[in-house]
Amino acid sequence: MSATPPGARLAGAHLLGERMTGGYGASDILHECTIEARPGEIAVIVGPNGAGKSTAMKAVFGMLRLRGGRVTIGGDEITRLSPQDRVARGMAFVPQTHNIFPSMTVEENLEMGAFLRRDDIRPTMEQVYALFPILQEKRRQAAGELSGGQRQQVAVGRALMTQPRILMLDEPTAGVSPIVMDELFDRIIEIARTGLTILMVEQNARQALEIADRGYVLVQGRNAYSDTGAALLANPEVRRSFLGG
Amino acid sequence: MEGLLNAAVVMANFVIVPATAYGAQLALGALGVTLIFGILRFSNFAHGDTMAFGAAITILGVWALQGAGVSLFPVPTAILALPFGILATALLLLATDRGVYRFYRRQKANPIILVIVSIGVMFIMNGLVRFVIGTEEIRFDDGARFLVDVRGFREATGLAEGLAIRTAQVTTFLTAIVFVAALFWFLNRTRTGKSMRAFSDNEDLALLSGIDPERVVRVTWVIAAALAATAGVLYGLDKSFWPTTYFQLLLPIFAAAVVGGLGSPLGAIAGGFLVAFSEISVTYAFRRALGHLLPPDWMPAGLVQLLSTDYKFAVSFVILVIVLLFKPTGLFRGTSS
Amino acid sequence: MSRAGLRTPTLFILVAGLIAITGFAQSWNVALTIVNMGLVSAIVALGLNMQWGYAGLFNIGVMGFLAVGGLTVVLVAMPPVTEAWAAGGAAALAGLAIGVAALVGAVLLRRRLPPGPLRGAGTAAILLAGYVLGRAVFIPGADAIERVNPAGTGFLGGFGLPVILAWPLAGALAAGAAWVIARIALGLRADYLAIATLGIAEIIIAILKHEDWLTRGVKNVVGIPRPVPFEVELLRDPAFVARMQGWGLDPVSAASILVKLAYAALFVVVLALLMWMAEKALNSPWGRMMRAIRDNEVAAEAMGKDVTRRHLQIFVLGAAVMGIAGAMMTTLDGQLTPGSYQPLRFTFLVWVMVIVGGSGSNWGAVLGGFLIWWLWVMVEPIGLWLLGVLTTPLPEGSALKAHLLGSAQHMRLITMGLILLLVLRFAPRGLIPER
Repeated sequence: MSATPPGARLAGAHLLGERMTGGYGASDILHECTIEARPGEIAVIVGPNGAGKSTAMKAVFGMLRLRGGRVTIGGDEITRLSPQDRVARGMAFVPQTHNIFPSMTVEENLEMGAFLRRDDIRPTMEQVYALFPILQEKRRQAAGELSGGQRQQVAVGRALMTQPRILMLDEPTAGVSPIVMDELFDRIIEIARTGLTILMVEQNARQALEIADRGYVLVQGRNAYSDTGAALLANPEVRRSFLGG
Repeated sequence: MEGLLNAAVVMANFVIVPATAYGAQLALGALGVTLIFGILRFSNFAHGDTMAFGAAITILGVWALQGAGVSLFPVPTAILALPFGILATALLLLATDRGVYRFYRRQKANPIILVIVSIGVMFIMNGLVRFVIGTEEIRFDDGARFLVDVRGFREATGLAEGLAIRTAQVTTFLTAIVFVAALFWFLNRTRTGKSMRAFSDNEDLALLSGIDPERVVRVTWVIAAALAATAGVLYGLDKSFWPTTYFQLLLPIFAAAVVGGLGSPLGAIAGGFLVAFSEISVTYAFRRALGHLLPPDWMPAGLVQLLSTDYKFAVSFVILVIVLLFKPTGLFRGTSS
Repeated sequence: MSRAGLRTPTLFILVAGLIAITGFAQSWNVALTIVNMGLVSAIVALGLNMQWGYAGLFNIGVMGFLAVGGLTVVLVAMPPVTEAWAAGGAAALAGLAIGVAALVGAVLLRRRLPPGPLRGAGTAAILLAGYVLGRAVFIPGADAIERVNPAGTGFLGGFGLPVILAWPLAGALAAGAAWVIARIALGLRADYLAIATLGIAEIIIAILKHEDWLTRGVKNVVGIPRPVPFEVELLRDPAFVARMQGWGLDPVSAASILVKLAYAALFVVVLALLMWMAEKALNSPWGRMMRAIRDNEVAAEAMGKDVTRRHLQIFVLGAAVMGIAGAMMTTLDGQLTPGSYQPLRFTFLVWVMVIVGGSGSNWGAVLGGFLIWWLWVMVEPIGLWLLGVLTTPLPEGSALKAHLLGSAQHMRLITMGLILLLVLRFAPRGLIPER
């Protein structure tokens, strides 16, 4: 691979999970579920507990065997690829928990994110530090010693170090304070502006839909509503059933 | 003043010097156990016999070198033969992983199954060592006996007590320092070493970052082989080589690893020295040292020994139990919980 | 009968056949020796199967419980050494009593005081004081005991009771030791329990080896009274000799076989009794709960089961069975040889028996006990024969040949390891899987 000039980044890629059906055991959790995200867009999956939100994301990432449907990146079919192979194709995934290397320093966490890269990783690291200045300050500290919000920043930073085309976040704001949540969402918008494709599962549906270009409301593993974030927020039925009025 | 100096020399001679050498041996052994635990997530009961294997092959190397007239005097020839021991041990462990452990790793078997598997491996390695080198006690320290000897020390200092530092002890300590420094450099500064720590911290996230688990495992076995063979050779140099003693080293080594926190390399080293110093000072008779400090009529009648050396294993055990009861994650937080 | 139902008897017949072949090919004396130790091994394996198979407890201190059993035999059956008692018995026991009192005192103190530095320091102070004081009283006593006729006795002896009494008592003592260990190590991770039991076993063996006043240490206790007659006593009886000759048998080997059969009869009774109880327990609600806990500890705990308490029960029971077996083993040997307790042979071999037989299956443990013991004994001659065949092309007197033939005994360990690994890999549920 040739060295990437500083500041440059691969463009985002079109992500499509089409009519996905599958589950962990004998019974299916997802039923013909379709999720799509375009470059530079933030797509958000919301829904009640147990609706299969995280499962849908895991299906897109290949952590779940699909019985039906397909997943494509930029038109290339990747349905049969392992998660590791999908990472190589430009997907990055930030799990909800256990998403950092706690005994390693912040900087080492970022280095591990770039493990597969052979080019100069400094520019990307500078970008991450520019995005999350607190990480630069704490770069020599063990990631496990940081606060919840800072750990999430490390986790997102680690994922960005792979120079992904698609960034997937599983409930990035779980367990952080409202102020930290707003801050984190601002950063996510900033990341999307650079052209990345972002797919996110969120528990805080209202706030997430506010920043979403596309929203998917899942109920029992099926698409209940799919629209732009603003349209879903405006939809009285969605408001009544899922956003608490 | 001279009494104090004499007492200090006695303590150095009978406690500090031997415990430092023994501690270095235990630390190297415990490092191997703790690395395997951190990466492969099981307590490897074959580690003692891995040490014996490394020592046995090294002894064969020593004999070959001696036969060829190669010598490193005053340093024991074993240091020259050690690379062969490490190489053979690494090959053995890699083969064992390929033939035995890998199957269970792919199955994601319960760690306790891997412990039982390691018992099977222990049997085979134990038999293999006896097959290769027999069951007799072997002394293979052919270096200069003393770096500092009792008489020389007395003449140089004019003190009544003498201090002996054996070459084997110094060799042990220096070799251990070189190995530990190299290990920490590797773990903290190299890409592969960092990927091992990442894998130990969070296996799933390591996979997501593109770290190849099989490569991490292979590197771990090679490092464990180097540590085990070195620990085995150094222990054999310091005491003597006897295939059965290595199994008995498992207890202090595990105690050291658990005390330090399984999975924590720094903890393994601290644990090794803690166990060694406790074992030797609890079983040491302080009468002679006290003799230089107390007026004659205050002298206690007994040996002033807390525990007979026959029970030195009890010391590791008690340390282990105290840590398990009060701080199960060890002094340095390990990966276990 | 279903095929699965036939499996168990078929396997037992096969193992019996192996032993019978040994009887025909070598001698019935050898075969019966194997049977007797096979019976004892089966009981040990039964005990370990309770701990590991029923409850998933990882005990690698089997050797320690066997040694406790062996010690009990000496304490129960050996005649007391009155001079030794007079010389230092009181002092030695008083010293031990002080130690025990300090332990009790420390426990009581911990119950009274709130946690804090005072409690820690107090506990340590009482223990240390008790230890130093107890030792000061104890050591002169022990030395006095050991000075009484060191070549012949040099120990306190026992109570001179019938040796059979030692068997149940050994179970009780081993259970007591297990209770202490369990209080410390149960509830911790599985491999911590393993390391703790390993440590206890090593300490028990160290006590047997070095407390000469109690066990004569490495001087061994020989001539332990037997529950069956001596061979020479039989031979001294003219009626016995005449009857054997009348049957066309050599009286000497007939006596030896008869004595072994007598041991075997005793052992069979114990095994049958324990087996009956073990099967009852396994299939009772208690046994089902035990297995439920083993299979899903978290769920069982969530359902309100006191997991640690159940584990304590089964750990103590299993250790009791091992203690009984240890006593039987020492009775069979007629001597206590502390130096002979080796973990590979007395702990890990039992593990091979249980895994090969089938974890969780009592019949499997018994089968594994017989089969693996037979192999343990026979691998050496088989290995020697095999190496003999393999080294035939080598010139007579070659060093390599001598080395290889001399190494036949090590085949044992390699074979056991291989068997364990092969069974774990290809038949992880063992020969007789748990139902």
